[in-house]
Amino acid sequence: MKDANPRRKKKAAPEEVPDENGEKWILRLYVAGQTPKSLTAFDNLKKIGEEHLRGKYVIEVIDLVKNPQLAKGDQIVALPTLVRRLPEPVKKIIGDLANTERVLVGLDLRPSS
Amino acid sequence: MTLKKTGKVILEKCPTGIKGLDEITQGGLPRGRPTLICGSAGCGKTLAAVEFLVRGALEYGEPGVLMTFEETPEDLAKNFISLGFDVNDLVARRLLAIDNVRVERSEIEETGEYDLEGLFIRLGCAIDSVGAKRVVLDTVEALFSALPNEMILRAELRRLFQWLKDRGVTAIITGESGDRTLTRYGLEEYVADCVILLDFRVREQISTRRLRIVKYRGSAHGADEYPFLIGEQGLSVLPVTSLMLDYPVARERIATGIPKLDAMLGGQGFYRGSTILVSGTAGMGKTSIATTFTDAACRRGERCLYFAFEEPPQQITRNASSIGLDLARWEKKGLLKFHAARPTLYGLEMHLLAIHKAITDYRPRVVIMDPISNLTAVGTPAEVKSILTRLTDYLKMNSTTALLTDLTHSGGSLERTNEEISSLIDTWLLLRDIELNGERNRGLYILKSRGMAHCNQIREFLISDRGVDLIDVYTGAGGGILTGSARAAQEAWEKAAENTRVSEMERRRLEKERRKKVLEAQIEALRAEIAAEAAELAMLGIEEKKRQAGSLADRLAMAHLRKADAAGRQPQRKREQPGDRR
Repeated sequence: MKDANPRRKKKAAPEEVPDENGEKWILRLYVAGQTPKSLTAFDNLKKIGEEHLRGKYVIEVIDLVKNPQLAKGDQIVALPTLVRRLPEPVKKIIGDLANTERVLVGLDLRPSS
Repeated sequence: MTLKKTGKVILEKCPTGIKGLDEITQGGLPRGRPTLICGSAGCGKTLAAVEFLVRGALEYGEPGVLMTFEETPEDLAKNFISLGFDVNDLVARRLLAIDNVRVERSEIEETGEYDLEGLFIRLGCAIDSVGAKRVVLDTVEALFSALPNEMILRAELRRLFQWLKDRGVTAIITGESGDRTLTRYGLEEYVADCVILLDFRVREQISTRRLRIVKYRGSAHGADEYPFLIGEQGLSVLPVTSLMLDYPVARERIATGIPKLDAMLGGQGFYRGSTILVSGTAGMGKTSIATTFTDAACRRGERCLYFAFEEPPQQITRNASSIGLDLARWEKKGLLKFHAARPTLYGLEMHLLAIHKAITDYRPRVVIMDPISNLTAVGTPAEVKSILTRLTDYLKMNSTTALLTDLTHSGGSLERTNEEISSLIDTWLLLRDIELNGERNRGLYILKSRGMAHCNQIREFLISDRGVDLIDVYTGAGGGILTGSARAAQEAWEKAAENTRVSEMERRRLEKERRKKVLEAQIEALRAEIAAEAAELAMLGIEEKKRQAGSLADRLAMAHLRKADAAGRQPQRKREQPGDRR
């Protein structure tokens, strides 16, 4: 769990991980094919990452159409699902991540009001 | 449903393998369609669904997928091993795939549009991994509490059930009962083909489980509530046997163990495979008849299974020995088996299952149930009747003769049994007490006996250390019947009267004899007299002749002496006078 698997990651941030505090964010995005929802979700995630986690995050995109057996491991039911693998605890955010405020709350980047 | 050229609608069915369920659904669940099984917590939904998969895999060669939303595979495996279902083994043999879907509300944040494609993918992956024909979702409703957006969820569930149909798998979806609806979240809306409701109720501390087919589109089905049980071998819906009256009928007759009773029953006893009811008030000897019949069956070398609901087997054996029956030896020989259980030990359905299992295991030719009235302690008369109907059906299917005893209460009509099971009974023996002159005696008569001429008389039923016996009761000129000492007294009186009559006759006979002898003696005397007279008469004749001859000779002699000549004869005659005086 400590190391992100570089083979699975789609390079989303040019910076090196982890950052100076040793804090490392592994964000795994589960999708099913290149649907509009998947693409929107990916775009939204990338935007949030750049704005709030610059330099300390990786995004792994898992396409369940290609690897259906991977859905079990993270208990994926809804798609798209973003899983915050690190830092712990594991957090899940479902949907196309259109509501940035709620994504930030979900990722513990902002306290829930 | 497919329309054939003949216009016949054929709905292909998928047998569940669950005892009894395939009978009432007339073949099983609709193949290739989802079925909803709903019910309250603990009603056996999961068990029914898992048994459907296990039996499908083992008995019908149809692998399955179990998608569980509540229990973990480890718990499932543990729970089902006690029912004899080795889930892990099935998984290892690739006959079953289990996917445990856990969705924690607390872990999930929802932002924007989503669908449940992940679930579809997982399900599809599991189906493909074993080539599944059967799918169980237990219970998909858990998603309602896990996912906040109900609208999306409903749309996706609708899509899911359509997707299952498209995959052609026979599916069971379980759902928890709602307050007013069949399921809490109205799943029945989506699953329109077949809905089965399971119910679990506790009445007077006794729990019963019931199953009802709420709907089954395109198929006839039993509409009643059927009791079902969860036993050692999974679920059993009662009827455990066919509901058709199409069992084999035997002409063979078997002895009752009481020769006089055989005689009453057309001389040959019961029909094999018939159901016999012995009813009567307390202490009338029902068990004695049952044990005598048991003994008779064992003597013929037939296996006999004795269900004792009232007395422990040892007590039955002891009491049987008091009427000269040695049941213990049959037990030793393996011809007799007791199955004792207090009716209140568990619910009626459990009893039926236990009975059914015992019969299936032991395969007896004769079954005794003593008494069935005790079963009413755990069920309503209607329930008991339903159970007994199914039980007697099952026994008849196997040509097993059943003797049931029933305790009737002296309050009601004797010819009414508690369970009103008369229609199930082929031969009905009624034991009744006959009270007379401060005595209570036992009377037996045959209330009915289908298919045989039978005696219509009441017989007195005697129990002695030599067994049970029937004797003709005294039916006097007054029309009443006498039993016990009254009968004995009557018989003694009659005997005395008879004796008197006999001696009177003898006396008269002797009198006549004597008179005849007197007359004969008289005849003899007269005859002797006649003979005497005749002899006298004869003597007189002889004497006369002698006398005549004598007188002639005298005359000649005299004439000679007188030297009379022929001329002188005349004076001679004159001189004859003094000779006359001699």
